[in-house]
Amino acid sequence: MELDVRAGLERLAARLGGTGASLTEAQRLSGGASMETWAFGFDGADGPESLILRRRSAPFDEETARSVSLATEAALIQATGANGAPVPPVRHICDATDGLGEAYVMGRVSGETLGKRITSDPRFDAIRPALARQCGEVLVPIHATTPPPGLKLKSVDGTQELDRYEEVYRATGAERPILELAFQYLRRHVPAPVEPVLLHGDFRNGNIMFDPERGVAAVLDWELAHLGDPAEDMGWICTNSWRFGRPDRPVGGFGDYADLLAGYAAAGGRPIELSRVRFWQMLGSLRWGIMCLTMYLSWSSGLEKSVERPMIGRRVSETEADLVVLLEEGL
Amino acid sequence: MITHPRTEELAQAVALWIDQIRPSLDPRNAFLARVAANAMATIGREITQGPAAEAEAVRLMAGLLSHEGDFAELNTELCERIRAGEMTVETPGLLAALTVMAKNQIAIDQPNYKPEGTAIA
Repeated sequence: MELDVRAGLERLAARLGGTGASLTEAQRLSGGASMETWAFGFDGADGPESLILRRRSAPFDEETARSVSLATEAALIQATGANGAPVPPVRHICDATDGLGEAYVMGRVSGETLGKRITSDPRFDAIRPALARQCGEVLVPIHATTPPPGLKLKSVDGTQELDRYEEVYRATGAERPILELAFQYLRRHVPAPVEPVLLHGDFRNGNIMFDPERGVAAVLDWELAHLGDPAEDMGWICTNSWRFGRPDRPVGGFGDYADLLAGYAAAGGRPIELSRVRFWQMLGSLRWGIMCLTMYLSWSSGLEKSVERPMIGRRVSETEADLVVLLEEGL
Repeated sequence: MITHPRTEELAQAVALWIDQIRPSLDPRNAFLARVAANAMATIGREITQGPAAEAEAVRLMAGLLSHEGDFAELNTELCERIRAGEMTVETPGLLAALTVMAKNQIAIDQPNYKPEGTAIA
């Protein structure tokens, strides 16, 4: 597999860099079971270029998957970028000529994505108090983007999201009283429906690149983009699972609710009530708990062999410890 | 139970060995080895703290449901009663009991996790 990608990157270097361009760097950065990220570079006719390849390495069915295709992802990055959102520049969408399967190429943006560093590294001490407001600001152009025609985007409201995750939870066969109570409570507190907008869908500390001087540099990882309640993107970044050891700072482990909401309103977003964000935050904890259960099941069913999977199952109790507090506090 | 070594000591020994060989592994396996060492630590905590945690959960759930039973029976019934809407956040003692159970479980599963509401010095 690795050899194929390297050969593909050689061809890409020639295609993007012009005749005589040769690969100077190719390194697999990360990736889960189905997605690969490669850093590569070449010396081209216009000088050296450093790029990122995102490529799917497992079969994908856009109809049934929760995530969007990489072509859709790239189109959304371009559309939100054109609308003023900070995103990496899309350099090239791969086609059959490239021999890399479903993939696209983007420019490399420098900055930090490791959540723990954003919440705790002294390099971010000065900028940290500004980050929650910036996160509110960058959501505005994303939510205001009209998706390009022809994209297959799912639309999900609070009730539908609860239905979907309750179905998944029931199918696991797990019996967890705290998750039951969270489902029941959230069903009784579903906020009034709003006109659905484009959502990033995975807007959390870890998927945002931050610069220690300027703050938000780029919003990454668009594969869960869909249409829905703008408060969903806010609630997810407030979910304690993504606060990296700083539960005292509700927004991503670096900021406060008021700054997130104020940044959103100041940048022209329709003001959002905190209780609405808290609904999606609680649903975020519940959703992550159920995702942890399904990762355990992917191991117990024999689909995945990694020791990581069953251990993630033991993280359900993290979300339960969060949920009992949220249930006590209310929205 | 045999005490020389105790079961949790066996788990601890395996975890220590994994940590010893970890520096020699490639990044992916070094990561998985860390997960494996954590799994051994979880097993150790479950052996030492699990029985008391389960006993307390049984006592709390029996109190909420007003009858005795084993963990699995009581847990199933509690889930059913919540799902049916017969017990809610307003039910006296429910959230307090679930909070104790959640604290005991996270002390076994992820003792370093800082849940919602944790004060940071």
